[in-house]
Amino acid sequence: MRLLSPIKDHHLERRLFIGRAIFCAVLSVLLLSLVIARLVQLQVFDHELFAEKSQGNRVRIEAVAPIRGLVFDRKGRVIAENLPAYQLELIPEQVDDIDDTLQRLAALNLIESDDIERFKELSRTGQQFKPVTLKFRLSDAEIANFAIQRPRFPGVDFQPRLVRHYPHGQLFSHAVGYVGALNTADVQRLDSGRYAGTSHTGKTGVEASKEDNLHGDAGFRHLITNARGRQVPADSSELLESLPIDENASPGANIYLSLDLDVQKAAFDALAGRRGAVVALDPTNGEILALVSAPSFDPNLFAVGMSNAQYGELRNNPDRPLFNRAVLGTYPPGSTIKPMLSLAALETGATNLTRKTICRGYFQLEGNEHRYRDWKPEGHGPVDLHDAIAQSCDVYFYELSGDLGIDNMHEYLTRFGLGSATGIDLIGERGGIVPSREWKRNNFSDRDNQRWYNGETVIASIGQGFMLATPLQLAVATGALATRGERFQPHMVAAVEDAITGARSITQPKSIANVDIRNEFYWQYVLEAMHDVMQGPRGTARAVGMGAPYEMAGKSGTAQVISIAQDDEYDEDELEERLRDHALFISFAPLDDPKIVVAVIVENGSSGSGVAAPIAKAVMDQYLGFGDATGQ
Amino acid sequence: MLRVSDTHHLLSAKAAPVSNFTGLIRKLNVDGPLLSGLLLISIFGLFVLYSAAGEDTALLLNQAIRLGVAVVAMLIVAQLPPDFLRRWTPLGYLLGLLLLVLVLTSGDVGQGARRWLNIGIRFQPSEAMKLAVPMMTAWFLQDRQLPPRAGHLAIIAILIAIPTFLIAKQPDLGTALLIAASGIIVIVLAGMSFRLIMGLGVLAIPGAYGLWHFMQDYQKQRVLTLLNPDSDPLGAGYNIIQSKIAMGSGGLFGKGWTNGSQAHLEFLPERHTDFIFAVLGEEFGLFGVVSLLVLYTFVIGRGLFIAVQAHDTYSRLLAGSISLTFLVYVFVNTAMVTGLVPVVGVPLPLVSFGGTSMVTLMAGFGILMSIHSQRKLLPH
Repeated sequence: MRLLSPIKDHHLERRLFIGRAIFCAVLSVLLLSLVIARLVQLQVFDHELFAEKSQGNRVRIEAVAPIRGLVFDRKGRVIAENLPAYQLELIPEQVDDIDDTLQRLAALNLIESDDIERFKELSRTGQQFKPVTLKFRLSDAEIANFAIQRPRFPGVDFQPRLVRHYPHGQLFSHAVGYVGALNTADVQRLDSGRYAGTSHTGKTGVEASKEDNLHGDAGFRHLITNARGRQVPADSSELLESLPIDENASPGANIYLSLDLDVQKAAFDALAGRRGAVVALDPTNGEILALVSAPSFDPNLFAVGMSNAQYGELRNNPDRPLFNRAVLGTYPPGSTIKPMLSLAALETGATNLTRKTICRGYFQLEGNEHRYRDWKPEGHGPVDLHDAIAQSCDVYFYELSGDLGIDNMHEYLTRFGLGSATGIDLIGERGGIVPSREWKRNNFSDRDNQRWYNGETVIASIGQGFMLATPLQLAVATGALATRGERFQPHMVAAVEDAITGARSITQPKSIANVDIRNEFYWQYVLEAMHDVMQGPRGTARAVGMGAPYEMAGKSGTAQVISIAQDDEYDEDELEERLRDHALFISFAPLDDPKIVVAVIVENGSSGSGVAAPIAKAVMDQYLGFGDATGQ
Repeated sequence: MLRVSDTHHLLSAKAAPVSNFTGLIRKLNVDGPLLSGLLLISIFGLFVLYSAAGEDTALLLNQAIRLGVAVVAMLIVAQLPPDFLRRWTPLGYLLGLLLLVLVLTSGDVGQGARRWLNIGIRFQPSEAMKLAVPMMTAWFLQDRQLPPRAGHLAIIAILIAIPTFLIAKQPDLGTALLIAASGIIVIVLAGMSFRLIMGLGVLAIPGAYGLWHFMQDYQKQRVLTLLNPDSDPLGAGYNIIQSKIAMGSGGLFGKGWTNGSQAHLEFLPERHTDFIFAVLGEEFGLFGVVSLLVLYTFVIGRGLFIAVQAHDTYSRLLAGSISLTFLVYVFVNTAMVTGLVPVVGVPLPLVSFGGTSMVTLMAGFGILMSIHSQRKLLPH
């Protein structure tokens, strides 16, 4: 028996406890009522709001990339297309040991071991259900090889995707360019809405300049996903019906180029094994017929993706296959500017049709010992302007250079379009240089260099010195010769076709400021001289032009890569191949009804008439219907 | 002091003709209504858990086994006479304190907290304290004059504060607050004056301020998140936002069992543990959550009834505290899931997945049953 405190009253205590219990019970009910009130608020009053949020939670909008527009040549032959290709993908969340899996794939030669670290990083950083592409295109042999091994690679599989494909390989790589995987700069530059879901974008050539047309617009579809974003099946048709309507992607426009596959191929083949460029265009409307830069590369490598080693090889190749010489390469135009300077000299009175010079093989400025050499050491003898063009006599032009002056040269060559970008529908075209007094003042910092020297006028008259032009500029300038002054902005895109309606918007020829020569006969005179270059008895390129089934006009040029010391004889064979002169040639045909202009540059080709002219001829033959290709 | 009515009640109950089942129940010292309520909640809970855990039968079986163990624990405790519990209360309390100190010095660390003690089996001594604290408080008051005097209250405050502090140190603020609550409930039931309660309530304001400095960063974050969940919708506020979406989108009758997109598409975190109430709300709607709350209310009500019926102060206070602590569990969890109070790690009793706390709970109800079925005349 416990000793109780004398004042402990059990009856009272019990009553006290009951009172307190009731109090607590009431409090409990109040607390639970509070929770129920909250539930009523959430589940009754705010139900619609939360139902919507719950729906929004699970519906993810996924972008659908548009199908890129196709590229055709002027006759509708495919130049760039989209082919289904199988690509090798790895889904990180389904792979237990990513490192081991990648090592084993490398052992099967399905991926490069150099790329393992990159793929590991991608697998770690991306969303775990999103596939990482290990290889963009699998060959049939690789597919077969992997198919056998597939059970050993859970989480790795091949998937069909549309991949840009250039069926002609190297043929159009500089003109049409290529698409490549989006990089950080692309992502910042491009409209994220249009490019949602897109993996590649045009990087060079028409693929880049017409990206806006070719790409199309992304569509959207609504997916039901879990919290981690992975798609899950809809659990009711009601839910599916409640989804917003998907928006289809609108495909990119098809592009028809003015390029002609056969002409392009003729130019490509003729340049084979050389470093150089060919640009052919129609002088009556500015349409580019062929644009080739050699050596070339396979643009499919970029579309499919290549290993670091492959890319390094392309980048570091001393022949610079990635460099588009046709629009980015600037070369001294050499004697190819002589027809233009002749017109300038006639027009300004610096020379006339009867003036003759005795060419002894060199020229000296008054009071100066320096000898400006002619390409022909023994000299051409007495020559007039016609002979000076046909035989490419340098001394004649050296002599008239003083009368013409550098600023007149600058003025007329600029009218032909040299010294500024032609405005072709490609990105990054170079403008070249046509020097003048003003140009020299603006482009040199120290006083001595800002001065214009007479000797510089002399060498400018044969297209040497500061003067630089791209093959494209030479072709455009030659077009102005062929049409006797009529000029058109060059373009490669002939038409843009809506992929759905088929409606075509055709590029109209764009006239630009003509070259005005007051005396029409001067044109006649100069063009005939150019004709004689090809088909005259003493023309520099008569070996090429003789026997052509059409009348052609041309002008050869050689451009010095290094300056030859005074009085030094130089022997081509002993000269390092890369120090030889560049060979240039400009031409058009037929003489009276010009249809095609061809400009050719062969780096270190030594002889314009011997090396570059046959290439121009091959291109013309093809276009004018005397070539090998039948045009399939 | 023997009262006729009590004796009569006791005798008449024994004399009444009973069926075999009721006889068994009685022999096992089981309170039928309480057991029914608990089992209904548990079965309801298993259904919700099955859906919340992504229809994982293994997990469901695991929980069912834990439930079985907890029921067995309840039955065993129900056989212990209240006198026995009373006798061992001080020792149990001291042992509990010792274990809590051991946890802090050499316990296992899990999820950034040191809560487990490994002596052959891993367990949380703080669970045992959930019962030991109200028992100790009731034990201290049983022979003292009620309502308690200020000096007694001060001693009780120390008895409650020591384990609370030790557990908060682990850190396990949720359990610490529940244990403090279970002790405070005892003194409220014992008749502590309302004036004093109010006074302490006023003191609680600077106390809360002090607590703020005592809290871990993540705990402070939870309080801030409650005040403005949208401030960091993908971080700290994510749980509350998603659970409100789950509850709210459930509406009156819910999306149907296993059809809750918030839970099944994994938007709702901790859906089979602390946030299981939101799954219930999403799939069974207001109807479902109110049903569960009604069951809880019934169990609490029955517990308070047993407390009122108890024949001695110790039993009364203990039974009342166990019942009302159960209410605190339910309230804190449901208020947290609905965004009324900050997120504290308190599971929904008998429904959330988890073992130890279920055994403690059921053992507590075992004490209630023991108190109720082994009522006797005052132990003189």
